[in-house]
Amino acid sequence: MKADQVPQDEKNLNEGKVAKLYYATDDQGNYTKVNSIGWEPETVAMEQAWEVVHDEVEQAREKVLTGKASPVLYFLKKNIMNVSMVAGYMGTLSLIVRLHMLPYFFNKLSKKTLEKYAYTFRVTVEELTDINRLKKKDGN
Amino acid sequence: MRFHGLDFDEPMAFGIGSGLFFSYMPFVKLNGIPVASYRIWPGHIFKKFSNRIGVKIERQKFSTPQAAMTALDKMIDKGQPVGMLSSVFYLDYLPAAYRFHFNAHNIIVFGKENGRYLVSDPVMEHTTDISYEDLARARFAKGVPEPSGRMYYPVQIPGNYNTEKAIWTGVKETSDRMSNIPIPLFGAKGLTYLSKRLRYWPERLGNKKAIAWLGNLIRMQEEIGTGGAGFRFVYAAFLDQSSKITNEPELLNLSRQLTTAGDKLREFAYYAGRVCKNRNSDTRTFAELADMLVDASQQEQKIFTELHKLSKSK
Repeated sequence: MKADQVPQDEKNLNEGKVAKLYYATDDQGNYTKVNSIGWEPETVAMEQAWEVVHDEVEQAREKVLTGKASPVLYFLKKNIMNVSMVAGYMGTLSLIVRLHMLPYFFNKLSKKTLEKYAYTFRVTVEELTDINRLKKKDGN
Repeated sequence: MRFHGLDFDEPMAFGIGSGLFFSYMPFVKLNGIPVASYRIWPGHIFKKFSNRIGVKIERQKFSTPQAAMTALDKMIDKGQPVGMLSSVFYLDYLPAAYRFHFNAHNIIVFGKENGRYLVSDPVMEHTTDISYEDLARARFAKGVPEPSGRMYYPVQIPGNYNTEKAIWTGVKETSDRMSNIPIPLFGAKGLTYLSKRLRYWPERLGNKKAIAWLGNLIRMQEEIGTGGAGFRFVYAAFLDQSSKITNEPELLNLSRQLTTAGDKLREFAYYAGRVCKNRNSDTRTFAELADMLVDASQQEQKIFTELHKLSKSK
């Protein structure tokens, strides 16, 4: 790639914080370093990945509000985690986390376990347990 | 690296550490989507590089965040910058769009100011800082792989070293891996293999999933690190520099060819991006994309076979 072909697409998700270093060739075919502020295919691929995440978060929200799942599912999706990751943070088995995703078991949890979940998801215990908060859509 | 008076930049380290690779393993899945990799694990590159130059590296891992952070504080107090593994998710200085759970991100911590750690992150343009809590979380993220607070720093720097020899060892290993592994999943052939699978994604997976997989492929190719095609250019830059050091004009020639092959891969990403954007995955476009990969694969196969021959004669 020639140095003047390094993409500088204005529309990107980098918030002006990240500039990618490219190795491109100059007129003589020797390599130089060029910074790039963004490239469209990357942006498209990243947007697409986030869309999937947002869809899943919305589905999880619905499930929690209709009583089919506990807030654990919602925060799991919101933090882009999966069951085994949460189990890792909680220091327990995946099966246990799966059970806690059901409202029946979630409502029986001790304060200590709730605190642990809250720490894992980086929220307070109130934010974790108060389903009414989920009714408002947040700007994720 | 500069800190210790060793004058190697990124392409040289990448080349000597035999970084370039390709593998597509449909059975290894991340979030339900197969993984394609365009290089060797960065830890691996770093290890090979230090071995070949003769730098001794001390590596540590920890069982608790407290122990890991205390050890880090000690090294910083001595004025020793420390490299470490971290999870991108907890690095709050990165743009929100980047913060997925990717647990093998290498950063360097080089100081502490007002209780915040000073960080040099290869992705960022400038140095930045992070709080104790976020750094502790990032170093002890769960998932695959687990960083477990791993950190590393050089303890012994060689007085003199043989750059030329290191270059040839590096070239030999890379070219051997790229051209000679008799399994179709790895090396330049891996691209052909991927193209064969990709050709049938729309039929096999349906429209929506095929697009998702393709988008993921672009992310693997272009986003993580300097990305797949990016690594081709880094490697070409390495060959370019090496040809000057070793006085071997053939390397420069091969560097040019690799640039063309890298351009092919970027073109692939560009069109793949188009397909994703239009949400249109009729089989013809996927067949065309597959053809581009085959093309890049053949070019790379040729380049690395020649490189292998050349490095063996040294």
